[in-house]
Amino acid sequence: MDFGALFGSLDNFLSFTMGGLVFGAVYALIALGYTMVYGVLQLINFAHSEVFMYGTFAVAWMFIFLHGTESVTWSLGKAAPILVAALVGAMLLSAAIALLLERFAYRPLIRKGAPKLIALISAIGASFALAEAMGLRDRFADKLGLSDNLENYVAPGKARDVFSNPVTIQPKGLFEVGGYTVSDVDLVILAACFIMMIALDTFVRRTRFGRGIRAVAQDPETAALMGVNSGRVVQVTFLIGGLMAGAAATLYMMKIGSTRQNAGFILGVKAFTAAVMGGIGNLRGALVGGLLLGVMENWGSAVFGSEWKDVVAFVLLVLILLVRPSGILGESLGKARA
Amino acid sequence: MSAMSTTLSGIGRRWDGVVDRYNALPKPARLGLVILFAAFVYLLPLLRPPILTTNNIDFGGVMFSVAAFALVAVGLNIVIGYAGLLDLGYVGFYAVGAYTTGVLTTYHWHWPFFLALPLAIAVTMVTGVILGAPTLRVRGDYLAIVTLGFGEIIRITVKNVEWVGASAGIKDISHPNTIGAAPNPPFDRGGMFDVPRLQWDGIIPSLDRDHPTAVLAFGAVDAIPYYWVILTALILVLVGDRLVKSSRVGRAWEATREDEDAAELMGVPTFKYKLMAFALGAAIGGLSGAFYASGQGGYISPDSFPLLLSMLFVAAVIVGGSGNRWGAIVGGALVAYLPERFREFADYRLLFFGLALSVLAIWRPEGLLPPRRSRRAKAVEAEIEALEEGALEGSTHA
Amino acid sequence: MIRSKKTMRGFAALAGMAVLSLTAACGGGDDTGSDDSGDSGSAASELCGKNLAFLGALTGDAGALGQNMVGGIKLALQEHNDENADCQIELKEFDSQGSPDKAPALATQIINDDTIFGLIGPGFSGESLATGKTFFEAGLPSISPSATNVTITQQGWTTWHRVIGNDDAQGTADAKYLTDTAGATKVFVVDDGQDYSKGLAGTVKEALGSAMIDEDQISVGDTNMSAVVQAVKSSGADAVFYGGYYTEAGLLAKQLRQGGFTGTFMSGDGSQDPNFVKVAGAQAANDAVLSAPAGPAPADFAASGLYATQAYDATNIFLAAIEDGASDGESINEFIGSYSGDGVSGPISFDENGDIEESKIYAYFVKDGTMDVDNPEVIE
Repeated sequence: MDFGALFGSLDNFLSFTMGGLVFGAVYALIALGYTMVYGVLQLINFAHSEVFMYGTFAVAWMFIFLHGTESVTWSLGKAAPILVAALVGAMLLSAAIALLLERFAYRPLIRKGAPKLIALISAIGASFALAEAMGLRDRFADKLGLSDNLENYVAPGKARDVFSNPVTIQPKGLFEVGGYTVSDVDLVILAACFIMMIALDTFVRRTRFGRGIRAVAQDPETAALMGVNSGRVVQVTFLIGGLMAGAAATLYMMKIGSTRQNAGFILGVKAFTAAVMGGIGNLRGALVGGLLLGVMENWGSAVFGSEWKDVVAFVLLVLILLVRPSGILGESLGKARA
Repeated sequence: MSAMSTTLSGIGRRWDGVVDRYNALPKPARLGLVILFAAFVYLLPLLRPPILTTNNIDFGGVMFSVAAFALVAVGLNIVIGYAGLLDLGYVGFYAVGAYTTGVLTTYHWHWPFFLALPLAIAVTMVTGVILGAPTLRVRGDYLAIVTLGFGEIIRITVKNVEWVGASAGIKDISHPNTIGAAPNPPFDRGGMFDVPRLQWDGIIPSLDRDHPTAVLAFGAVDAIPYYWVILTALILVLVGDRLVKSSRVGRAWEATREDEDAAELMGVPTFKYKLMAFALGAAIGGLSGAFYASGQGGYISPDSFPLLLSMLFVAAVIVGGSGNRWGAIVGGALVAYLPERFREFADYRLLFFGLALSVLAIWRPEGLLPPRRSRRAKAVEAEIEALEEGALEGSTHA
Repeated sequence: MIRSKKTMRGFAALAGMAVLSLTAACGGGDDTGSDDSGDSGSAASELCGKNLAFLGALTGDAGALGQNMVGGIKLALQEHNDENADCQIELKEFDSQGSPDKAPALATQIINDDTIFGLIGPGFSGESLATGKTFFEAGLPSISPSATNVTITQQGWTTWHRVIGNDDAQGTADAKYLTDTAGATKVFVVDDGQDYSKGLAGTVKEALGSAMIDEDQISVGDTNMSAVVQAVKSSGADAVFYGGYYTEAGLLAKQLRQGGFTGTFMSGDGSQDPNFVKVAGAQAANDAVLSAPAGPAPADFAASGLYATQAYDATNIFLAAIEDGASDGESINEFIGSYSGDGVSGPISFDENGDIEESKIYAYFVKDGTMDVDNPEVIE
């Protein structure tokens, strides 16, 4: 144990914290997908991690499409136009995957009134299938005779291998806080996370449709009697989760730059942990949980060594749940009034 | 699409019919059937029936993992099916059992396997109680993520603690003692006598004397003796499971699962019973892990216990029919067997496996072999619905 | 204990009887081994038409590495089969997904398959440890192109060989490069916690001695390296050694450079893959040093990727054994033990444990955004 590594100097402390916050913002945006679906359906949408993973590929594909395969290093400003296009692409693809999931893996079960656990199995199955389909994209392209046209996108023979964005985005230091330099990339990620969070919160709180979502979350049967189209509400919930996962994927690729067909799994588990930490079904809880998890991982790494960071995160989760059995900010999308 | 689902549900109904007919048989006939079936299962890797036998991977080895998965599923069924607790970190107990065996028989001490086995079970059970005590106070879906966390904590801990071999794991774990002549590798396997296996030319069987199994030689070249031992353990556990399920404890679990508050009000100490289910389930997971550690490969490392395995365990229980021990066995067997049987699809097999899980879930939400109570409940529901339909005839039914 | 043993014995007798009555036959006899040992005099053609086996990951997360090896094996077989129309050797692939759990059953399948006379593999150290005993007891000779864990060859499995230097040889050379050639005095060592990585990083640490200032461990699949980057920066290290594979190595190199680290970045053969540069990005990957126990492949070598040359060489040793007249497991094993020749990955001969005798360690450099695979430097 080495607390000096963390608290030894302000520069160190801020670096560990800031690095954690940036990653926590990505967790938070993915966690939204879990939290929204859980709030409305009380289901753990296990396949949401793949929704995110497809988004990361969309980002890399968009860069290859608009830039080419030449490996270059750009500043954030130079990459911005393509980045915006990639954001749109990733949000669309992720949302499409989320809607497909809803249609084929969940709706038949919800309609049958099946037990909650079986929906989890359906989701695990869908998650496997989606990740494998991405890992086999070179085979599908081959079958369709598109191998040559899509070579750069499907990576023939290496579809399971890591897949990188040819454009590396070089962060630029903006200003210093206590010896720590805040970079433009980090700032954009944090700002984007907060803006989307606020927009979503407003949507759920202020709009007519948001009221429908809250109504279904609170009491689906009464909501249906009151004329809320609960099927549509469920669809929109998945759609929002997908859009946010697409945004998270863009931010993630901006920072990390590489993905692969199994990249969703670990991040999905972390994001789900974050959602539970903050209080599942609670939008602001997802934000708090995500940021806290990111920071605690980095602090844990500093003090105990990086190999123990997941242990630190999970122990923290257990402690939080023992003190506050429904997460930091409490449950329920329906009650998310404030 | 709808035609397919009609056929599928037709198969489902017919299968339910088979189960009902079996249940209607007199007791001696049922016992006879069970014994015949057990004999068939024991001999399966030697009979090597066509279609069922895996072509590109040793059938004995596959049957060993099938039995190991079935055993795990029976244990997890106590936790999920009987007590209604969603445990996503079950692989942790599997690991504890495996590591205890590895440490006792090889890494630090040299106990014989059958002496280490009870201790492995005990250690896993204690681990179950230690982890369960704080965890089980958390309710419902939160339990899923907390148990998942514990599974990861166990894996990361063994990965970083030198005393249990850290990331290198434990290799060359002692096998159970061979019964019969002592082996003398590389060519003499020992054992009491050799049993030939069958080979099939289409549907015509013949004896294959070139690849016999030595009874009961526990070496590195043949998995079948290990299969026989773990199958025996599975049968013993099933008997125990039946006794516990029909006892006071089983009823307390049922009450807790259906309505925890009501059960508590009726004087059932729900926490105690939940903890008991957790510990019993853990012990069986540990048992399976112990057999895995001392199995044919004799090698365990932290990478053998990934989070994903927990998901597969849960899938096994629920696909089979949560709450029914036979369902759990069938589910466990399928999850271990299908990907190996369809190896010729190579790259595509995991894709198909995932799709199959989803299709199964949607086709039979209550599992392949639902417990009797849910089938009863379904029948009653159908009756009520029919009555309602009759009453509402003519009006539009939403 | 005693009781349970008795039960077992009783049960065994029962099971045995059941088998006897069902099949009306008794095995017995001594013909246990799966290899029919023919006369070694009847020329090489005996093995013609038979198969080599490959055991390793072909799908799953590490599938790409196995595919590289199969590429090398197939190349060697194709060359052989084109030249010897009367002696065709084919390959049977067994996909373990790199998992030690699946490997034993596959190994049993391999040893029970009488058409298989040799094994290229296993691919990784874990599956080697889980199957070594099986192959040894069955007497099937094997040559691994890629399993580098030091302990495998210390188990006494005389049929097990590898055509790649083990982690000790590479780690010692890497430490030497860092201190002598790169002139580093404060080295920060990182690994990914896997057996291979810890072994390599461990040897580097040991060889560095006091030149190692600190260490950390990430895990496979991690993408957020900010904690490690900060630890490196605050330690004032002038070099980082990473033990692990190219994905995490690339991410670490990228985030280190973005975090302002200017010292030497070095990693081992697990990172010596073109994808390292892609993941890190051209700019961050520049000047990285990647060591490997293999020289550059000849310009006309038609397979590509990490371990393809070693797999090619391993296959050629088996083919040379056939030409030499070896006909069964034992004679092939003897031939391999006394083999000496030049492969595309370097000179090959084995010591009594099955380790490659002379393994040169090469340092490869990333220059101008690509890995310069043609001009490595030998680390003396």
